Parts: sequence; C-alpha cells; structure tokens
Amino acid sequence: MAYVREERGWARLILITVSFLFVALMLILPLAQVLSKAFEHGIKPFWEAVSDEYSVKAARLSALTAILAVLLNTFFGIAAAWAITRFAFRGKGFLITIIDIPFAVSPVIAGLVFVMTFGRLGWAYPFLQEHDLKIIFATPGLVLATIFVTLPFVAREIIPVLAARGTDEEEAAVLMGAGLWRTFWKVTLPHIRWALLYGIILCSARAMGEFGAVSVVSGHLRGKTNTLPLHIEILFREYHTLQSFSVATILVIVAILILIARHVVERVGRKEAEYYVR
Amino acid sequence: MYVELSGINKSFGSFQAARDVSFVLAEGTLGALLGPSGSGKTTILRMIAGLESPDAGDIRVGGVRVNDVRPSQRGVGFVFQNYALFRYMTVFDNIAFGLRSQKAPKAKIQERVGELLALVNMEGLEKRYPGQLSGGQRQRVAFARALAPSPRLLLLDEPFAAIDAKVRRDLRSWLRGMIDRLRITSIFVTHDQAEAIEVADQIIITNGGRVEQTGTPLELYREPATPFVARFVGDSQVLEGYGRLVGFGGAPPDGQCAIRPEFISVCPPGEPVQYENSAEEAEVVSLAFRGSSLEVGLRVKEFALTAGYSLESGPLSVGDKVKILIFRVYAFQGEKVKLVNNDRLASLGNGYNFAI
Ligand SMILES: Nc1ncnc2c1ncn2[C@@H]1O[C@H](COP(=O)(O)OP(=O)(O)OP(=O)(O)O)[C@@H](O)[C@H]1O
Ligand SMILES: [Mg+2]
Repeated sequence: MAYVREERGWARLILITVSFLFVALMLILPLAQVLSKAFEHGIKPFWEAVSDEYSVKAARLSALTAILAVLLNTFFGIAAAWAITRFAFRGKGFLITIIDIPFAVSPVIAGLVFVMTFGRLGWAYPFLQEHDLKIIFATPGLVLATIFVTLPFVAREIIPVLAARGTDEEEAAVLMGAGLWRTFWKVTLPHIRWALLYGIILCSARAMGEFGAVSVVSGHLRGKTNTLPLHIEILFREYHTLQSFSVATILVIVAILILIARHVVERVGRKEAEYYVR
Repeated sequence: MYVELSGINKSFGSFQAARDVSFVLAEGTLGALLGPSGSGKTTILRMIAGLESPDAGDIRVGGVRVNDVRPSQRGVGFVFQNYALFRYMTVFDNIAFGLRSQKAPKAKIQERVGELLALVNMEGLEKRYPGQLSGGQRQRVAFARALAPSPRLLLLDEPFAAIDAKVRRDLRSWLRGMIDRLRITSIFVTHDQAEAIEVADQIIITNGGRVEQTGTPLELYREPATPFVARFVGDSQVLEGYGRLVGFGGAPPDGQCAIRPEFISVCPPGEPVQYENSAEEAEVVSLAFRGSSLEVGLRVKEFALTAGYSLESGPLSVGDKVKILIFRVYAFQGEKVKLVNNDRLASLGNGYNFAI
C-alpha cells in the first residue's frame, strides 16, 4: 500500500512540477522578458516610448474599440441569451450554432469578410462612397472586426445560467404586473450579474488584444487606424525593439488587471450563489 | 359561475395537451384539478392565468371573457409548483413586489405586507432570503406574495408537492381555513386524490388532456362516470373477469370492474357468517396497520383484494382462512361505469347505505 501511495506521490510531484515548469517557460518567462526589455535602460526611455504621440493615439483607439465592441456585444449577448432561453422559435438551434462561428473561424477571415463587404471590391462600397462613409481603413471597420471576434463571449456566459434557472420567476413577476424592464432589472439581472460581468471581462480582454481581424481592416495608418497590438508590431518590425516592448507593457498590465478582476468576480459570484441558493 | 372554461384546446407542436376542456367553478369555492402526471393540469392552470394562450375556446372569470386580457390584468394570483420566489429579494420585497409594480404608495405597501406577514405567521422573518427558509415557510411566502395584490382568483400549482408528509397535512388544513376566511375563489392542482377529496369543494379530473368528470368529492367518490375515475378515486383495485366472484354471475366473462376496500367485509374467523351462501372463501396474505384499522390483503380465487378490518373485530393473522362478503363493484361498460350489487344480497336492499 505504502508503495502505491508513494508511486502516486511521485506522479503527483512530477505532474505538478511539469505544469509549473511549462507555465513558467511558456507564459511567465516571455512576459518577464517583455518587462525586462522594456525597462532595460531604465524608466526614462520606457516613458518616452509609452507617452509617444502615436502610442497614446493607439492606446486611445484600442480603448475606444474595446469599449464599443464590449457595449454592443453585451447588449446583443443579453438579448440573444434571453431570446434563446425564454422563447420558442424557429431557427433557435441555428442561432445557437452561429453565435459560435467566431470561435471556429480564423480572425483573418473575419477581417476579410468585412473588406469584401465594405472595401473597394465590396458590394456595399458604391453606397458608402455615395454617402461619404468610410468603414474599411477607418475606426468603424476596427469596431466591426472586434465585435465579430468577441461576439460569443457574453452570450456564452449567460445562456447556461438562464437555461438552468427556468422561467417561472419571470412569469411570476409578469403576473404581478411588472413590465419587461422591471422584470429584467429586478428578477433576471441579479441572477446573471456575475456571469455577465465575467463575460464582459473576457470580452474586454479579447477586444483589447485582437490582432488578426483588426490587422486586415486597419490599413495600418499610424495615428489613425493603429490599435495597440498593431502599433507594437509595427514598432517591432521597424527594429524599435525597446519602444515596442515598452508599449507591449501596457497590454501586459491591462491583462494582469483583467486577470485579477476575473478572479475576484469568480470568487464573489460563487460566494453569493452559496448564500442565496440552497 | 365565476370561472368558466368552454371548449379549450391547446397543442404544443403536434402534441395536444388540452382537448375540449370545459368546466365551471362557483364563486368563493375551492376547486381541485386532479389527474396523473402529464394529464394537462398545469397547462390548464397556466391558460387561466394567461401564461399560455388556448388555441380555441373561451375562458371567463367573473362573467368576462379574459382570453385577450393581459396576465397582469386578469386579477389572478399564482403560486408556482416550486414557488418561484425571487431568490435575490427578501421575504418583504417578495411580498411587496406586486404592490410596487402597481406603484402603490409606500405606506400602503408597508401596511399590506405587514398584514400578510401576520396572516401567514411569518412576522419577524421579513428580512430573510428565500434560501434561508424551510419548505413550509417558503410555501407560505409564495402564498402571501400571490395574495398581496388582492387577486380575485387564486391559482396554486401542486402547492404541497415539495413538502414532507407531516407538514403537508397541517398546511392542507391551514390553506383550506385560509381560503374559507378570505372567501377567495381558488383552484389548486394535485395528483394526490386523497388531498383533493379532503380539501376541495369541487374536483375536476383530468386525463390525457381531457376532463373526465367534474363534481363534488362525494359525487366523484360515489358515482364515478368513467372507468378512469373509478380507478383513480378511492383506493380502487381493478379486477378482470369478476363474474367468477360469488354473487356477480351476471357479469360478462371478461368483465372488468373496480372495487374499493369498503365494499368488502371480512368476517372474523370463528364467528358465525351471516350470509353463508353469499360469502367467498379468502386467505389472508398480508396485514398492515393503518392507524385506526388494519389493511388486509386477501387472496380470493385468482384475485388479490384489499379490505379494511376493524381492530375491535377479533384477532386476525396472515394465513387465516376467512369468509368475506363483497357488497358491490363498479362495473366497466365501455366508457361508462355502473354500480353492480351482489345479487345474492339483493334482499338486503340496495343503494348507498355505506358510510363515507
Ligand atoms: N411548453 C411545452 N412544450 C411542449 N410540451 C409541453 C409544454 N408544456 C407542457 N407540455 C406537455 O403537455 C403535457 C401536459 O403537461 P402539464 O405540465 O400540463 O402536465 P401536468 O398534468 O401538470 O403534469 P405534472 O403532474 O407532472 O405536473 C405533458 O405531456 C407535457 O409534456
Ligand atoms: Mg404540473
């Protein structure tokens, strides 16, 4: 018996060590590398790179894109999750499947889809020209591409929660004369708030970091359509390694903040569920 | 009639959950929708509340057709099968929800909720969340919440299903008393016939989406109209070929009937049998104590029967050979049921001389 337990002890130790080593090698070391490179010559060059006009503009654009994409996807995610779990309608299975498309499709293809629609060769181009609208190589294109790749996050988090809970609390509310709005705020939202917040956090993380789809529709106009990831890549390509890594530090810090937020949301959500649901 | 359903049909896709459902219920009475699982009870209740709309037929409440009236305007209170209390609201907020939806003034809400808390004996618990209450307490909160906006009709879907047997009996009589006091017309759903018989003024028996029979508990008990009702109400057993029993020779060879324990009298062993030539030979195969009497399992010819036996009637044990008298059965005749008396006991006089 002792032998078996010892064996298990060894297996345990090896698996844990391997996991930690792998994470250290693949995640922590490269990230540490980014930081150490960024601060290689102290804080001054770092600060210069980060506060550079184009870097600030890229950061602003990234934030704007992420905020818009997250807002729209939150709205869409709640609406879709509500519809899927609360109503019976034709094409429900289809809707559930296509919400997942962004998970399956390469972001580059997402970008190309928009280029083929709104770009010079796209069918909507004449119309856009006529009304003096610009989507591709402009901010709307970036937002569209970001929405596309982050579309499933919010819906995916809420659907299981709503589905598991059934509809009778909402029905009770409606029977007692509550309107749709009151029913949503007072009855539905308390149930999904943590799942929703979790979805929003994941969605933000992905939106901030999106590279592929955005790269296709951006056109890389420095100071105009460059988001942070694109800006970092350009700096790197132009051998501005230090600047590149300095700007990357911003994304790393954002990522760490998001991770912490995620952790907190998960914990608080679980605690609350234990308190209210027996 | 206060509640009237006529010709209600409802399908979910190709499945028909309600077929030509019609019944009425008088004002201030308590009706029970009784039927096996899946027979359409909840569907009917939800249609009355407006949570589901019928494909055909009319629903009237207080003489007004409500088919096109919004659920919140129908004046119904609904107690859901698992109560559907708002988990993230306190007991107070749960009960106040309907009043707040109606934008009632604060003072009025405070007063009404206090009133209801007193009514359901939940004073002092208003700050609790539903998760911190017992099953019975939750049920009472659900009841108070449904009553808060002063509905004219109260609907309860299996109000006792989630509660253990002991508390259930108390709650049953509590609910009955409450409804009598408030004089509110109510309909509750149950699949427990004993519960319906004990509590309801009027029972509507559903089966396969159809209404089999409606009537007072006594009517249903004494005069089941269909084989289904005869089988479902009372502790009925179904016998096939009952013509082989002494006194029922007139039955068709494969005739089916339902028989209740109170239709059978077991003569204590060793005592003289009164109507010797009408009696059956039986063997006692099981005995179960049922509180005030014994439940006796009997083997008669190829039939297994159950009868009651008073504890005062002398000792009885498994394996005893006894004489039994079978007074009457409910004979099935197609979709109808007929009360058939033991023809050898005909001289004793027929009719309902058994006590219930
Ligand atoms: N929304 C729905 N979609 C499809 N079928 C449904 C729906 N609601 C009910 N049904 C079907 O209708 C039938 C009647 O259901 P209902 O809930 O009214 O039964 P019930 O008598 O209340 O049963 P129980 O005692 O188990 O609660 C069932 O066969 C059920 O599967
Ligand atoms: Mg039901």
